Amino acid sequence: MIQADLTIILPEIVLAVYAMAALLGAVYTTKDGLAPVLVWATAGLMALLAIWIATNGDGTNVAFNGMFVDDGFARFSKVAILLSAAAILVMSQEYMARRDLLRFEFPLLVALAAVGMMMMVSAGDLMSLYMGLELQSLSLYVVAALRRDSAKSTEAGLKYFVLGALSSGLLLYGASLVYGFTGTTLFSGIIQTVHHGDVSIGLLFGLIFLISGLAFKVSAVPFHMWTPDVYEGSPTPITAFFATAPKVAAMALFARVMHDAFGGVVEDWQQVIVLLSVLSMLLGAIAAIGQRDIKRLMAFSSIAHMGYALIGLAAGTEMGIKAMLMYLAIYVTMNVGTFAFILMMERDGKPVTDIDALRLYSKREPGKALAVLILMFSLAGVPPMLGFFAKFGVWQAGVSAGLTGLVIVSAIASVIGAFYYLRIVFYMYFGAENDDPIETHSSPVLWVALMGSAALMLVGVFYQFGIEGAAAAAAATLVN
Amino acid sequence: MDNILSIVTFIPAVAAGILALFLHGEDVAAQRNAKWVALVATTVTFLVSIGIYTGFDPSNTGFQMVEEGEWLMGLKYKMGVDGISVLFVLLTTFIMPLTILASWHVTDRVKEYMIAFLMLETLMLGVFMALDLVLFYLFFEAGLIPMFLIIGIWGGKDRIYASFKFFLYTFLGSVLMLVAMVAMYADAGTTDIEALMLHHFSSEGFSVLGVYIVGGTQTLMFLAFFASFAVKMPMWPVHTWLPDAHVQAPTAGSVVLAAILLKMGGYGFLRFSLPMFPVGSAVMTDVVLWMSAIAVVYTSLVALVQEDMKKLIAYSSVAHMGFVTMGIFAANQQGVDGAIFQMLSHGFISAALFLCVGVIYDRMHTRDIEAYGGLVIRMPAYALVFMLFTMANVGLPGTSGFIGEFLTLMGTFQVNTWVTAVAASGVIFSAAYALWLYRRVVFGDLIKESLKAMTDMSSRERLIFAPLIVMTILLGVYPSLVTDVIGNSTAALISNYDMALAAAEAANQSAASH
Repeated sequence: MIQADLTIILPEIVLAVYAMAALLGAVYTTKDGLAPVLVWATAGLMALLAIWIATNGDGTNVAFNGMFVDDGFARFSKVAILLSAAAILVMSQEYMARRDLLRFEFPLLVALAAVGMMMMVSAGDLMSLYMGLELQSLSLYVVAALRRDSAKSTEAGLKYFVLGALSSGLLLYGASLVYGFTGTTLFSGIIQTVHHGDVSIGLLFGLIFLISGLAFKVSAVPFHMWTPDVYEGSPTPITAFFATAPKVAAMALFARVMHDAFGGVVEDWQQVIVLLSVLSMLLGAIAAIGQRDIKRLMAFSSIAHMGYALIGLAAGTEMGIKAMLMYLAIYVTMNVGTFAFILMMERDGKPVTDIDALRLYSKREPGKALAVLILMFSLAGVPPMLGFFAKFGVWQAGVSAGLTGLVIVSAIASVIGAFYYLRIVFYMYFGAENDDPIETHSSPVLWVALMGSAALMLVGVFYQFGIEGAAAAAAATLVN
Repeated sequence: MDNILSIVTFIPAVAAGILALFLHGEDVAAQRNAKWVALVATTVTFLVSIGIYTGFDPSNTGFQMVEEGEWLMGLKYKMGVDGISVLFVLLTTFIMPLTILASWHVTDRVKEYMIAFLMLETLMLGVFMALDLVLFYLFFEAGLIPMFLIIGIWGGKDRIYASFKFFLYTFLGSVLMLVAMVAMYADAGTTDIEALMLHHFSSEGFSVLGVYIVGGTQTLMFLAFFASFAVKMPMWPVHTWLPDAHVQAPTAGSVVLAAILLKMGGYGFLRFSLPMFPVGSAVMTDVVLWMSAIAVVYTSLVALVQEDMKKLIAYSSVAHMGFVTMGIFAANQQGVDGAIFQMLSHGFISAALFLCVGVIYDRMHTRDIEAYGGLVIRMPAYALVFMLFTMANVGLPGTSGFIGEFLTLMGTFQVNTWVTAVAASGVIFSAAYALWLYRRVVFGDLIKESLKAMTDMSSRERLIFAPLIVMTILLGVYPSLVTDVIGNSTAALISNYDMALAAAEAANQSAASH
């Protein structure tokens, strides 16, 4: 019995054991001297695990009496999480090394966070959910404050920690209420109670607190306050990491809880998700207009994007989950490319984040400027870029589920949001001449990440590498 | 050639890719190469597209030369032309080489300029050929990107304001259309335009937020599409982006905008609104007709007081598009034929007028009407060409402008006499502003020192105008060239529209009697 359980969570064990062994190894040997090797080793291991998970698993396997679920949905999310984390790791290596930030803890904390995220998306029980969530969160709090001597970075870490602790508290309180009113922490048990009788007011309270805690993790409005400050204060590679893998994990966990534990009572939570979605899209679109700092801008952009992804969840259907997964996959790809570019932005060796510095960038670097143009239009959801199909998918799910009003609001929000993406294009292509232009230092890795993700935005229109089928299969296993 | 439509559509894109990948440098030789590649590519596109015209069978009212393939997310890659779209395809391929020629003196970022125009051509052609809703939307919307850059990078003084206004205005209209498209997909289960034309969308009235919607779903969908096409057209009162965009765009950009991009709105009405939402269209007909009549009169009056030549012509475009919407929503043979004719003829005439402005702008670098006068003395050939197109713009019999205006007025007269009366008075205003413009620029004494050194049109400029002159006069004296091609398709469109309305009426009556 126990062996079968262990086989199912083998990828998690491998990554966790690796992280701990590497930690010991680094501490007892050369410490930071080992960091570049560890970055590549971690990224390589993650990529291998992603391939392993993508090719090996099949069917739904339950371990530890339902605490841990390995199904198509979890596998899809894990592959997305591992690949994006690996991509961010290799992208950051050179940036951090040049700024003397490359500590050996960084790749290992990312690895531990990844273990937490893998636990989250596989959670079948409120306890394992919380374990995964906290493992992820604690690792993230530390990496946010990685630049110890910078007030902004430590402030970001502290802010993230305090607000994160608050949200964990909300979530735990919700979990305790749910336990109290259903008598079990297992999702499979909760859903039986939910199916049998009507949802009692206490259970509803628990559900709302759970949603609040989860909304904090996906940075949905009104639980988004930490996002801009943490994005701005953290070192750029960390910001890039925040914007990708944890977002996928948190959205997947959100979907997991809603469908696995409360699947039968979509109408009870649908309106809450709709509200979160509407507020996120509108605030993300409007608040970003005033931002001059590209990292803060991307923070609001990610809030808006989570709002669009939530449409898929709000639909409460298999089609909605499929659209949400597609949205997340495309969103992560776009963000990897965009952050590769942000990592390149510098002047005299110092990072620059002011979008003003991009003026007439296209004259100096036409190739990179074109790639950023494609990414910006894709983020704005303008066809023919892949970002459009992401939006099309969630809208389709929304309309099919009868949420036409939500879709109309999101259409209007996408027009408002288009403005700030356009402004970046405008600065690059026809802004006034800048006396103090930026240089873009590009390592081969960053160049490949930027160009690759821009190319994917166009290639994806013709060929999507089987993502669509995988997402459909993943959605089918979650929603029954 | 089985896939001639795809070939025509993607030749410019391939040329753009070649330019992007293989042409480096900003020196004179590289610039010359970029121009020649673009010119050759657009010319080849035009020559190949003649194959579409010769292979087209006007007696067949369905879609021809259809290509079909699987695409992602259950969508289809489906292209085809019918009588309504085939001439727009030819208009596009015909105009594009001329715009490249008209841009021969561009020196700033020539490679990117040519890439933008070539991509734009691919996207515009795709709009007229796409037979899948989402494919249509993709082409329709993606065209904003190159146009945004064309206005923004190579535009005039206020180009930033104009480019943002252009993009956001049209984007807002289009996303509402996209929502409707998603709803259509959900309702009909397909995005195939041919199948959607046969699908019956519910026209049963219901209440939304306490407002009773006559025509129900159809009216709502009509309004969503209307938001997009009315902006694109542009119709009064959502036309205000057009004058800004035109004034700031480089000459070639204005030409493309006026000659082709504006036609997408009218084409959209004919492809989607009338056939797919007949009841919704019928409900809104009076509103649209009056909006058109107001557009004709109001924008003509506004054009009278303009001091910038391009702005004047831009407003005159809005007025002429008013005739188009009027003709379309008259929904009879003359009206719809006239609307298509008017769009094609406006494609030639407005292109030529913007080129006329470009000719003197290149020499004097101002578009102020005040700055000119007495040009006929130094530039007789130019004066002649400009006069021809001014007259065509006014709608002088013998030019293509007359046929379009006359047919649309005749069509509308059978539906709504008052609208026709108001719109017909707009014809007089259009004569007023156009002739007055011509008098102020071309006649009078040549007193301004700066104008005395002006040279007449170069042979390149003459070469650009020659085909436009030929087409304007040819269509003016022999309109059957157009109406024979479109006639059967429009007749089918009208009869389907009438049948759908009659069926809805009958359904209403039987519901009332029960």
